[in-house]
Amino acid sequence: MSDPQMTELPVTPPALPPWLARAMAPLPLAPLQPALALMLDRIGRTHPDLYGRLGEHAEKCFGIDPTDLPFAFVLEPKPLRPRARAVRNLPAGLDACIRGPLAGLVGMAEGTLDGDALFFSRVLWVEGDVAAVLALRNAIDDARIDFGTVIFGSLGPLGQRLADALRRQLQSLPVTSSGGRTWS
Amino acid sequence: MELICPAGTPASLEAAVEAGADAVYCGFRDETNARNFPGLNFSRDELRKGIAFAHRHGVKVLVAINTFARAGAFGLWQAAIDDAAAAGADALILADLATLDYAARRHPGQRLHVSVQAGAANPDAIRFYVENFGVRRIVLPRVLSVMEIASIVRESACETEVFVFGGLCVMEEGRCSLSSYATGQSPNMNGVCSPASHVAYAERDGRVVSTLGGFTINSFGKDEPAGYPTLCKGRFTTPKGSGYIFEEPVSLDAALMLPALRDAGVTAFKIEGRQRGRAYIAGVVRSFRNILAAIDEGRSAPPAGLAAMTEGQMSTVGAYRKGWR
Amino acid sequence: MQLTLGPVLYHWSPERWRDFHYRIADEAPVSTVVVGEAVCSKRAPFKQDHIPAVVERLEAAGKRVLHASLILVSLPRERRQTGELMQADEAEVEINDLTCLATLAGKSFAVGPFVNVYNEATAGFLAERGAMRICLPPELPLSAVATISAALPQVATEVFAFGKVPLAISARCYHARAHNLTKDNCRFVCEQDPDGMPVKTLEGAGFLSVNGVQTLSHSCASLLRDIPALRRAGVASLRLSPQNCDMVAVARLFRDVVDGLLDPEEGERRLGGIYPDVPFANGFLHAAPGHVRTGEGGGSLGELR
Repeated sequence: MSDPQMTELPVTPPALPPWLARAMAPLPLAPLQPALALMLDRIGRTHPDLYGRLGEHAEKCFGIDPTDLPFAFVLEPKPLRPRARAVRNLPAGLDACIRGPLAGLVGMAEGTLDGDALFFSRVLWVEGDVAAVLALRNAIDDARIDFGTVIFGSLGPLGQRLADALRRQLQSLPVTSSGGRTWS
Repeated sequence: MELICPAGTPASLEAAVEAGADAVYCGFRDETNARNFPGLNFSRDELRKGIAFAHRHGVKVLVAINTFARAGAFGLWQAAIDDAAAAGADALILADLATLDYAARRHPGQRLHVSVQAGAANPDAIRFYVENFGVRRIVLPRVLSVMEIASIVRESACETEVFVFGGLCVMEEGRCSLSSYATGQSPNMNGVCSPASHVAYAERDGRVVSTLGGFTINSFGKDEPAGYPTLCKGRFTTPKGSGYIFEEPVSLDAALMLPALRDAGVTAFKIEGRQRGRAYIAGVVRSFRNILAAIDEGRSAPPAGLAAMTEGQMSTVGAYRKGWR
Repeated sequence: MQLTLGPVLYHWSPERWRDFHYRIADEAPVSTVVVGEAVCSKRAPFKQDHIPAVVERLEAAGKRVLHASLILVSLPRERRQTGELMQADEAEVEINDLTCLATLAGKSFAVGPFVNVYNEATAGFLAERGAMRICLPPELPLSAVATISAALPQVATEVFAFGKVPLAISARCYHARAHNLTKDNCRFVCEQDPDGMPVKTLEGAGFLSVNGVQTLSHSCASLLRDIPALRRAGVASLRLSPQNCDMVAVARLFRDVVDGLLDPEEGERRLGGIYPDVPFANGFLHAAPGHVRTGEGGGSLGELR
């Protein structure tokens, strides 16, 4: 018989402090939209290889749901007309959806956290087209996007507060790899 | 003792090199390699650049062309072999007799390794590959105990490489059609096992149910560690009860077996996981580099602390300990 | 088109195994019979004493006999068994692992469905070394079967046409594991399941069968309705893999369909009477999931209907 051993406690799901979500809940989403567009445009121009990796999955519609934020994102990476928008609730008809605390999502996107490890420990969850999510994850992992700068740089002072909170979350995570523990 | 590390993308290749790999293995972005997953693998140009980067750091690049060529389409595999050789690959990792025969004839100077997918599990099989194709190394299937490995090494005229960490096949590699039975796509033909395109997760009665090709593979309670629905690590029912009848959703972690494997005469230790992100690559490679350094210096090895990287958060030493069977 | 009876993959009692082959010798319209233990080296001694008599009876009935080698050869005793089989002068062998090629020394041989022959180049490599017949891996689609047999007209190609499909081999014994035993002390519990131990999903759908270290499908391959296409593809022989049912009747049914005496659809309907309560599948041949049953009327989801 086998002798599998539980060698460590599961990763504790990191979450933003509830005060932050409460503080952001009443904020209008409209100001976020141009920032997201700008971010997407910047990523597309600096990381053209991303589309080669995404392949057919670039045409799909992804929901990205940071469970500790009062809003979510819809991402359509389409090479000709990429779109990202913030929404209060994810719409129906998405091809795939990734849910998890913002720290986990950003950490995975930046390559500081291992997506599979987050998934195995139930920090992240995936619904719908799993192949599309894998393609997106792998393409972003290879692109080495500095999300700290890209996202929070375009969000102004609120972005800075978010970034600080996230940085603390990431540092408390056991699933970090060396080389990328800090980000900005 | 060489540390052989996976790379599914150029970024992972660089991460592996920086974390202390002696060699990195990777494959082309098509069905010629056994990790033909969405968003992974190398274009011809990426491979050339990756090899140049690795060589600048004194690290080797091994190119896996380890699926079985599709009948009538052998040209795709021949081109992969030619292009990898031309790009300066330090070795080709092959499984199919057709690809081994072709590579040995067309590129006589090229170093060839026999992939784990060939399932060469004894000295006679190894002798066959050495005598017919001049292969220099065999990647041993994950079905052998350390004692058996030692005896194989003693009798064999080529190097051996064994897996020490990562995903664990419980079936003999290269001779498993479980995936294609459920999904139509197999490791041997398509380079995928339990492909993501056939995976679905659904919530049912407060549990998450994972299915593959429509077959329920597992069901997890709210806070239970999850596994990817790889067929052989699912929960099923037999007349003797329900459970993980083949294997728990575990990963191989043979960190503690490294001294024994070294004493058995193994040349190279391999980390599985070309489908994993660079966080995994960097973390696991650095960890094993430290362990190997400690072993070299006669210190006790630091604990790997990689539990979070493993599937189901559990690890096993697999067949290396005989009781596993 | 010929019929071949594959080796009994399950652990039947020695007497049952012997009597089964006696009846095949006397009654079944098959031209070739593969004998021996391919799955588990621990089972081999049980059959050993009966093999000479079985071979004699089969050959007396005009059947060609092939001796199957082990699928997975890792232990010293398995190497020894395999080496001895390869060097036995009188035995014509069916190799199930490339290990055999190291010790075959120029003899001609047959290739079993466990050797990875996926393309014409690999088949050609084996033919150059003496392969006379090749039973292709069950997961191969018809297009590959046709390409390989067209490229090698001198080799008799065979496909896995009836029986639960062997899908995987392991060093670990899942029968022993299910019974909370170790492989070394397995008490041969696999003998309790002469047709394999059923493996269902948690929701009760039939999925797989366990046969010691081997895993097979729950559904039973039936290429009866594909016989016209297989003939066009140049297939020389159909392999019937013994199940816990009347294999003489199965062989007669396949013979009748091959000979055009029985309509394939009607044949498969009757097959369901001979081997009841097991779904039939032919998905692999149609480049579909292996559990699927595909016909002129389109695919259906086998067990998941």
